[in-house]
Amino acid sequence: MRHIISILIENESGALSRVAGLFSARGYNIESLTVAPTEDSSLSRMTLVTSGSDEIIEQITKQLNKLIDVVKLIDLAESAHIERELMLVKIKTSHDTREEVKRMVDIFRGKIIDVTANSYVVEMTGQSSKLDAFIHGFEEGSIIEVVRSGPTGISRGEKGLHL
Amino acid sequence: MELSGGHILVQCLKDEGVEFVFGYPGGSVLHIYDAIFHQDEVKHILVRHEQAAAHAADAYARATGKPGVVLVTSGPGATNAVTGIATAYMDSIPMVIISGQVPSPVIGSDAFQEVDTVGITRPCVKHNFLVKDVNDLAETMKKAFYVATTGRPGPVLVDVPKDMTDPNIKVPYKYPKKISMRSYNPVVSGHKGQIKRAVDMLLTAQRPMIYSGGGVILGEAHKELTELTQLLGYPITNTLMGLGGYPATDKQFVGMLGMHGTYEANMAMHESDVILAVGARFDDRVTGKLAEFCPYAKIIHIDVDPASISKTVKVDVPIVGEVKPVLEQMIELIKDSKTKPSKSALESWWQLIGSWRDVHCLDYDRTSSVIKPQYVVEQLYQVTGGEAFVTSDVGQHQMYAAQYYHFDKPRRWINSGGLGTMGFGLPAAIGVKLAFPEANVACITGEASIQMCIQELSTALQYNAPVKIINLNNRYMGMVRQWQEFSYQSRYSQSYMDTIPDFVKLAEAYGHVGMLIEKPEDVRGALEEAFALKDRTVFLDFITDRTENVYPMIEAGKGHHDMKLRVAPGTPVDRELS
Ligand SMILES: Cc1cc2nc3c(=O)[nH]c(=O)nc-3n(C[C@H](O)[C@H](O)[C@H](O)COP(=O)(O)OP(=O)(O)OC[C@H]3O[C@@H](n4cnc5c(N)ncnc54)[C@H](O)[C@@H]3O)c2cc1C
Ligand SMILES: Cc1ncc(C[n+]2csc(CCOP(=O)(O)OP(=O)(O)O)c2C)c(N)n1
Ligand SMILES: [Mg+2]
Repeated sequence: MRHIISILIENESGALSRVAGLFSARGYNIESLTVAPTEDSSLSRMTLVTSGSDEIIEQITKQLNKLIDVVKLIDLAESAHIERELMLVKIKTSHDTREEVKRMVDIFRGKIIDVTANSYVVEMTGQSSKLDAFIHGFEEGSIIEVVRSGPTGISRGEKGLHL
Repeated sequence: MELSGGHILVQCLKDEGVEFVFGYPGGSVLHIYDAIFHQDEVKHILVRHEQAAAHAADAYARATGKPGVVLVTSGPGATNAVTGIATAYMDSIPMVIISGQVPSPVIGSDAFQEVDTVGITRPCVKHNFLVKDVNDLAETMKKAFYVATTGRPGPVLVDVPKDMTDPNIKVPYKYPKKISMRSYNPVVSGHKGQIKRAVDMLLTAQRPMIYSGGGVILGEAHKELTELTQLLGYPITNTLMGLGGYPATDKQFVGMLGMHGTYEANMAMHESDVILAVGARFDDRVTGKLAEFCPYAKIIHIDVDPASISKTVKVDVPIVGEVKPVLEQMIELIKDSKTKPSKSALESWWQLIGSWRDVHCLDYDRTSSVIKPQYVVEQLYQVTGGEAFVTSDVGQHQMYAAQYYHFDKPRRWINSGGLGTMGFGLPAAIGVKLAFPEANVACITGEASIQMCIQELSTALQYNAPVKIINLNNRYMGMVRQWQEFSYQSRYSQSYMDTIPDFVKLAEAYGHVGMLIEKPEDVRGALEEAFALKDRTVFLDFITDRTENVYPMIEAGKGHHDMKLRVAPGTPVDRELS
């Protein structure tokens, strides 16, 4: 099963490589990883998407917790949560296709943020599956470039992951 | 007090009560060595190879319970120490390693003797630090000792760029008395409800087993373990790392378990219905084939590291906590409980165990005209009254030591279990001897292993650390040869050396005493003579049976009940060597 693990970690150089190193050393699967400082600049928040059996996920969370730099973590998949990913896509356009592309972007509630004679850059956020669906809506060859942040997430309700 | 970084480091060691630092100098640590020169409170032990510095410090920690301290230079100094650091890591040994690093402005420029020490050691330390500001040095050292010695212990490395120890930069020094880290809070006491469940399960067991490991030694819980075991009257087995956690000569002890464990220990594990695992980590050398591991048992597991629990074997009652307080609570509950262990069930269980004991799985040919390695260990046991500190290298000799030297006390058996590092034994013996100058220290080794850190004979002389080296010289990498005999139709590929040095001359060249022992009848006398030479290091080269194997053996992929035993106990094993 797919799990989204949200981690509060000391904002130290090397903290990221400890997490990445753990996954490669123990042969765990990493689908995506995002990291940025939080409102407290001494802490970073990391969102990690992985998959595996319940036993493997249990080991992953235990091993992550064991890293000295990890302050706290939760497995978002265990309760109600919201998940978002940011995507920037560069799409080929021509006089004939411009309107169609624009309509697609509107349907998916994206934004066109750069325009040239032959291309659009589209910004879109949503669940990863929505972003996948948008991409699949285009013919092969019409997409020039895709940049995705990987999912980030937050739990629903008033409780939060903090110190 | 204003000090430069080098003096701060030395002062931190003093404030931690460090007795010895094991090290080797080099460019990036010269400021630190200059600070060492100015004092004599912290004694520096100059090894002959950085691997040995780590092993000696590690063994000092295993024998005393206090953290070992290592000091090495950047680049090759640090990489040489890595094997020793990994050895300590695998066996959860508290250790602090200070490594020099190139000056911070040139880090990343492939400077002379630069390696990414923090990166290289990351997977084999509990934690590591790169010091970036001399003002952080003292606090970082405090954190290093704190992390190394609490929770599940382990090595912690502090990488110190040369400019951090610049003698011209002095900063105020204050060593923190206490430290807390928001990201690190090891659990101490176990969950009460779980402990109660565990006790209920234990008291109603029909065929109970206690399986204890290195965690009992590390957690200083041998007294509590012994009390609990004797209160219950249950059989107990130890892992290789747990030997000495329960007195081996007591009648409730059924020997070591696992790949080279006793028949009775492994059979009892296999047939048991309730297993209490205490500070042991279900290593694959212990479990054998997982699918066949303890098929009838409910398992209770006490461990300070949650990640050790249900890692390879799913357990029924996990208890996260330090062994000592958890066992204390269990003892209380057992004493207060109305339920008592079933006498009749226990009686038939011991009877069954008795029948397995009758196999005498450790018997060997005592009439042989060549020296049997087991005989040497038995004689060593007798000559030292079972009271020696015994270090070992890795191979058959290590298993004979574990099987035939009966450890009644913790911290007497010093070996590399998790990493299985050849070369560990001699520097380890030196580390132990420095800690306990009055004690008998023996290093049981093989002619291959001893050559991996043989240069430390020189260290033993310089620091007057007289140890006895028991070389079980079978002219083979015996453990490798044994596997090749069993699994590769005796194709002994590269498992012997065509040239083995004259160890007697070698010992003499290093300023020690060498003895060659070729006949069984000379074994006892040689050992007595060697131990009588109190202040000399003696290298005893025992020419042992080339073809001897370690039994019992659970071969890879087999279960506990599927053991290879010595063919016919008491009769010589007739085997051709190709
Ligand atoms: C050639 C060779 C053959 C071997 N054959 C065997 C064999 O036949 N049998 C055998 O047993 N081993 C054998 N080993 C050793 C094996 O590889 C492992 O090192 C060993 O089994 C592990 O022992 P352990 O389970 O006691 O764990 P350790 O490595 O000692 O780990 C200790 C455990 O206790 C926990 N712990 C630490 N401190 C505390 C505390 N204060 N409170 C609670 N928990 C704590 C730790 O988290 C850890 O889980 C062999 C090794 C070699 C090199
Ligand atoms: C550094 C290292 N290299 C290789 C091995 C693999 N190995 C395990 S036992 C062994 C042979 C040891 O031979 P010896 O020291 O003579 O001991 P014996 O088994 O003969 O008693 C080897 C090569 C190891 N454990 N450590
Ligand atoms: Mg040998």
